[in-house]
Amino acid sequence: MTKTTMTVNGKSVSAATEGRTLLSAYLRDGLGLTGTHIGCDTSQCGACVVHVDGLAVKSCSVFAQDIEGADVKTIEGMANADGSLSVLQQAFQDHHGLQCGFCTPGMVMSSAALLAENPNPTEHQVRDYLEGNLCRCTGYHNIVKAVMAASDQAVPAE
Amino acid sequence: MYDFTLVKPKNLADAVAAIADGAQALSGGQTLLPTMKQRLADPGTLVSLSGIPELHGVCKGDGGIIIGGATPHAVVAREAAKYYPALAALANQIGDPAVRNRGTIGGSIANNDPSACYPAAALGSGAIIQTNTREIAADDYFRGMFETALHEGEIVTGVKFPVPQKAAYIKFVQPASRFALVGAFVAQFADGVRVAITGASNNGVFRWAEAEAALSANFAPKALMGLTLPADDMISDLHGTAEYRAHLCGVMVKRAVMAA
Ligand SMILES: Cc1cc2nc3c(=O)[nH]c(=O)nc-3n(C[C@H](O)[C@H](O)[C@H](O)COP(=O)(O)OP(=O)(O)OC[C@H]3O[C@@H](n4cnc5c(N)ncnc54)[C@H](O)[C@@H]3O)c2cc1C
Ligand code: FES
Ligand code: FES
Repeated sequence: MTKTTMTVNGKSVSAATEGRTLLSAYLRDGLGLTGTHIGCDTSQCGACVVHVDGLAVKSCSVFAQDIEGADVKTIEGMANADGSLSVLQQAFQDHHGLQCGFCTPGMVMSSAALLAENPNPTEHQVRDYLEGNLCRCTGYHNIVKAVMAASDQAVPAE
Repeated sequence: MYDFTLVKPKNLADAVAAIADGAQALSGGQTLLPTMKQRLADPGTLVSLSGIPELHGVCKGDGGIIIGGATPHAVVAREAAKYYPALAALANQIGDPAVRNRGTIGGSIANNDPSACYPAAALGSGAIIQTNTREIAADDYFRGMFETALHEGEIVTGVKFPVPQKAAYIKFVQPASRFALVGAFVAQFADGVRVAITGASNNGVFRWAEAEAALSANFAPKALMGLTLPADDMISDLHGTAEYRAHLCGVMVKRAVMAA
């Protein structure tokens, strides 16, 4: 075991790791940040998406030690400073972009990465960007609506 | 997953030394991690290539553009666009954004998955695979499914792509994995056309000589009329039969010619 340090949601943190410790395990088991979900553990579902140095990655497919020192953002870091939901999170609630909520942390993190890259995506671009995020409940339409609404654009019709 | 020791050298020489000692390269990990989770690999020591600046980036060199071996797909998609749009577009269709932020060209070329996209670009462009010891022409590099000309301990340091006059890659996406069910890369150079097909053959990526001859004479979809590939050596699985894949090869090449 060695100690691995990085910045998570703006705070410098460290936790014990083995070589094989995944970033998802580092966050959940090492730091108790269980908002990052493990759906498939095989880089298919996107429930575990977090930002590493501003880029969306599947945390189940990255070794914690390989990103030592990185700046990581998880769903726990997405709300506003006063604890209220961010515009994107609020849009997911307003547009029923979640049902069971299992995929939601990954959906929010991927959508946030998209909006950082492209503040005014088309509906097609939203669907394309969320290709690696699977949802078993919503049928995706409401998720796409939430992202369009969060980017201050017209929400696609039913 | 079996445990291992991770080392993260800051330069190529240290990485080469560690790998010569029996360690395995870790690039984006998008293929290696799933393999390790299934306990199909037990590398003992992994050498991360992510912290080696000389393996990163896209630059214009003599006779083409050179992409560092540890350059992620997303960076190629962005930075190769002004030099070689067809290559950038291919990189931008690999997997999904999170996979593209981690997965690298060197990992893809070293792995040589029979359905991967980069092998089609490398073979279709007549690229040169650069390693820590030599340069290998793509025609000599791809040796069949998951087989390459790399020796034990050899690292892909870069891939040099000659830039054609016109090119395009079209893939028929296998919807669950986003890999190519069949993908065709077509490139027109002053001295002829190259056509590389991925996803179809049990022997991995290959060049389609008859299509190259026909398109070199006339770079138009109708030049391919009547040309077919035998289904004998094609992959057959629940996503598509060998005959279906053989048929798709022709369709994808025609679409690539139209898109080029
Ligand atoms: C959900 C998903 C979808 C995907 N979709 C596609 C797709 O549509 N098209 C496609 O082509 N690919 C696809 N991939 C594969 C992806 O492109 C991988 O990133 C790539 O194949 C491997 O690159 P890597 O950098 O992740 O390599 P790693 O996983 O780190 O390594 C793979 C192998 O190559 C070796 N290696 C790595 N780098 C080097 C080097 N520089 N020199 C020598 N050996 C090296 C490693 O030791 C290992 O054996 C997908 C993957 C996932 C998880
Ligand atoms: S848990 Fe990481 S992609 Fe599914
Ligand atoms: S809301 Fe249930 S999986 Fe997406």
